[in-house]
This record gives sequence, C-alpha cells and structure tokens, in this order.
Amino acid sequence: MIRVILPQHLRTLAHAGSEVQLEVESPVTQRSVLDALEARYPMLRGTIRDQVTLERRPFLRFFACEEDLSHEPPDALLPDSVVSGSEPLLIIGAIAGG
Amino acid sequence: MSKVRVLVGTRKGAFVLTADGKRDKWEVSGPHFAGWEIYHVKGSPADPDRLYASQSSGWFGQIIQRSDDGGKTWHQPGTPPGEPPAPGPPKAASNKFVYDASDKTGKPLTTHQWYDGTQHPWEFKRVWHMEPSLADPDMVYAGVEDAAIFRSTDGGENWQELSGLRGHGTGPKWQPGAGGMCLHTIILDPSNPKRMWIAISAAGAFRTDDGGGSWKPINRGLYSKYIPNPTAEVGHCVHHVAMNPKRPGVLFMQKHWDVMRSDDAGDSWHKISGNLPTDFGFVIDVHAHEPETIYVVPIKSDAEHFVLDGKLRVFRSRTGGNEWEALTNGLPQRDCYVNVLRDAMAVDSLDKCGIYFGTSGGQVYASADAGDSWAPIVRDLPAVLSVEVQTLP
Repeated sequence: MIRVILPQHLRTLAHAGSEVQLEVESPVTQRSVLDALEARYPMLRGTIRDQVTLERRPFLRFFACEEDLSHEPPDALLPDSVVSGSEPLLIIGAIAGG
Repeated sequence: MSKVRVLVGTRKGAFVLTADGKRDKWEVSGPHFAGWEIYHVKGSPADPDRLYASQSSGWFGQIIQRSDDGGKTWHQPGTPPGEPPAPGPPKAASNKFVYDASDKTGKPLTTHQWYDGTQHPWEFKRVWHMEPSLADPDMVYAGVEDAAIFRSTDGGENWQELSGLRGHGTGPKWQPGAGGMCLHTIILDPSNPKRMWIAISAAGAFRTDDGGGSWKPINRGLYSKYIPNPTAEVGHCVHHVAMNPKRPGVLFMQKHWDVMRSDDAGDSWHKISGNLPTDFGFVIDVHAHEPETIYVVPIKSDAEHFVLDGKLRVFRSRTGGNEWEALTNGLPQRDCYVNVLRDAMAVDSLDKCGIYFGTSGGQVYASADAGDSWAPIVRDLPAVLSVEVQTLP
C-alpha cells in the first residue's frame, strides 16, 4: 500500500484526510502513483500536474525519505521504503508568497 | 418580498451576502473555498440557484465550482460532494481547458505577442469571468487567461473553446496587459442569441453575430496613445464593458484611460469622459431601469491604482455620459486609497435600483437608492476581485 500525504487545499478538494493510501502496481513511480491518485480522486486532476502535458505544477514539490524527488524523471522508481509503505510520498506546496 | 444575493469573489475565498428587498440587514456566509483566489462567481438567469465559481491558485491551478442550491453547497461539476470516489478513470474534467488546435474549427493560433514583441505560445492560466447562458442553466461561458473563450453545455463538466475568436486573424498582435492577457468581459444579447460581446486586455473588444463561430474586432473610435498606432484595429486595453439588457447594442466601456460609448453594437465608439476628474478606471455599470444612467469609479492613474485625493467616489451620469456627478454619501472621503477592479461592480433590478461594489481593501458597499447613499455590507474581507448580484423573488 502506497501512502501519499496531501497539502491542505488538496485534502479539502478530495474530501480526504491528510494521508491517503493507494494500491499501485509495480513499478511504483511518480507517474504510477499520481495516476492512481487521480483515478481515485478525479477532482485532483490538473491540480498536481498539468492536464495535458502531465508536468508537475511549478509550485509543488515531491519529497520522500527526506529527499527532494521533484526533479526525478516521472518514471524513476520511488525509494523502497515508499514502495513498502513504511514511508509516505509527500506532495508539498512550495513556500512562495501568501 | 424580493431578496438580493450578492456574490463576492476575493483573493482568499468567496462570500455570499443576502438581504431582503430593503437591503439594510445582511447575512454573510463564507469564506467558501478558503485560501483560494476566486476571480468570479455568477448565477444563472435561468435558474437562480445554479451558481458557477472560478477558483484558482498559483500552486494548484484552476478549479470550477458549481452550486445547485444558491451557494449553500458546492461541488466540482462531475464530482458531487460526499460521493464515494468512483473506480476507473475520471468521468469529467471540469478544470480541463485545452486550446483548440484542430483544423476543422477555424485556424487556431499557437502564438501571440509577448511583452518584448516576440511571439509567445498561448498558455492557459485561469478563468477570469463566467457568464451563464440567459436560457439554459447548463450552458456557461468562461473567459480565460491567456485570452480565449470556452463554453460548457453540460453544467461545467466539460469545456470547448470557441476558437474562431483566436483564429480570426489579429491574434498574433494581441499582447498581455499588466494583469495578464485576459478575456474578462462576456456580454450576451437577450434579443439575439447569436450575438455576444467580449473584451480582452490588451487586445480590445470583439463581437460575434453567429453564436461564437466567427468574431470581429469592434474598436473603431478607441484612441490609445500608449500604443504604436493609437487607432489600431486591436491592441487597446479595454478594462470593462457594460450594457443594459433592456437596450441591447448600447454599450459603455471603461478603457485603460477614457470612458467610451457605442450606440451601434460596438461598430463605433465615442468618448464620454466629460467632467470626470480622471477617466482611468476599471469598473463601469448601467442602472437596471434607466439605460442612460451609468456608473464609474475613477482611479487616479495607471501608475497609481487608487482613488483620487483619498476620496472614494462613485461617479454617476444620468445623461449617458459627459455630465457626471460625484456620489459620496456614506463613502469615506479622506485617507482612502483603495482600488475597485473591473468585475467588482453590479446592479440589482429592484425598484429603486441597488448598486454594489467591492474594493481592494475588502469592503463591499451597497446603495439601495441608485447611488444617492451608500453603506458597507462588510468592511474587512480579503481584497475583492468581483461582485455580482442576483435579484430573487
């Protein structure tokens, strides 16, 4: 089970808690996790990555295991501890303005 | 007794203000969508309980919200609130605004003029204005940045561009104003469902007479001395356009500088700034029952976006322009330095006509006597981006 932590505004949109758990088939990558997240919460489509290009929105970052994975390729494998569910993938709004 | 419902979009959420026909005691609900920029909220003339809201954020992009109960509850079209997430792919994409690039529907452009004169790709940023159909609650238009017009015929679940606007030929000459290249005004003609007007900063005003298939610039008579050709066909920074629905085709415009009027559906314009102390500004609106009575809020200049001399004054003309009187009763007349943005004024259709506007300081003022006197409904909201009003039975 993959654990994903959402920022506050996306929790509100998704009517979800701070952490959601997703079944994701291997290989577990940023892309496959976001595909699963958007399939379960369609209202989040376009809020994390562009609807058409599927590129990460500029002011969002992906972290796991205290590492910034934002610039990793979308098909790169996520860390083993994320795959095993011992660590979550964090989607974080960049600190930029008010 | 009739009621009014004022729909307020702010930098940090939406608010719904309601009162009976006296308009002296108000209930305030909100913030809805707290923390998000709400560029516009507007109700359907065909079903007053149907509201559409444009919710956006620099972090999370564009969201469309819809209410089917007059603003009590909201949902993203296609994903009703509280409904368990459905398995499988999403059924709707209410925030998916994709510019039309097909050959079949005109000649959509891929670039427009950038600040430095080079060509720049069209990039969707947000919805500035939502205009529900006059007859069908499920049909709604959206004016977006970068400038284009989209239409939904299924209550906001899916959007299609009316690409004839961008494709008619002058698009490569359009360029962003300071606030972005936004399509901010959409006016529907109640006497002719095929006709509508739109305005873009900084391209100008356009009209379609065939339901949005084809468009033409309607900027003859505009003079903008800050552009290379002051009388160019496009390139004018039109801030807002208003029309009394009882007299279609007579249009009033607040341009960057200059207040303008057209009596021929936009084919030609003439200046009606008259005795205004400054004719820079953003809002303009028309009295609901007196089509020659118009309202503006002059702003000091394009360099200083606040009211002149520290005084918040609405100016009213009862003669269709040129002769203006300052309306000050109930408005601050010292140490006031707020702005009033282009979509932040509205009129109700009660007798006497109510006038409403919101400020960058978070006040929403109402006049229940056509502007003779004013009182704040609320004083301390986030900066107000838009104000609309519904007159309810």
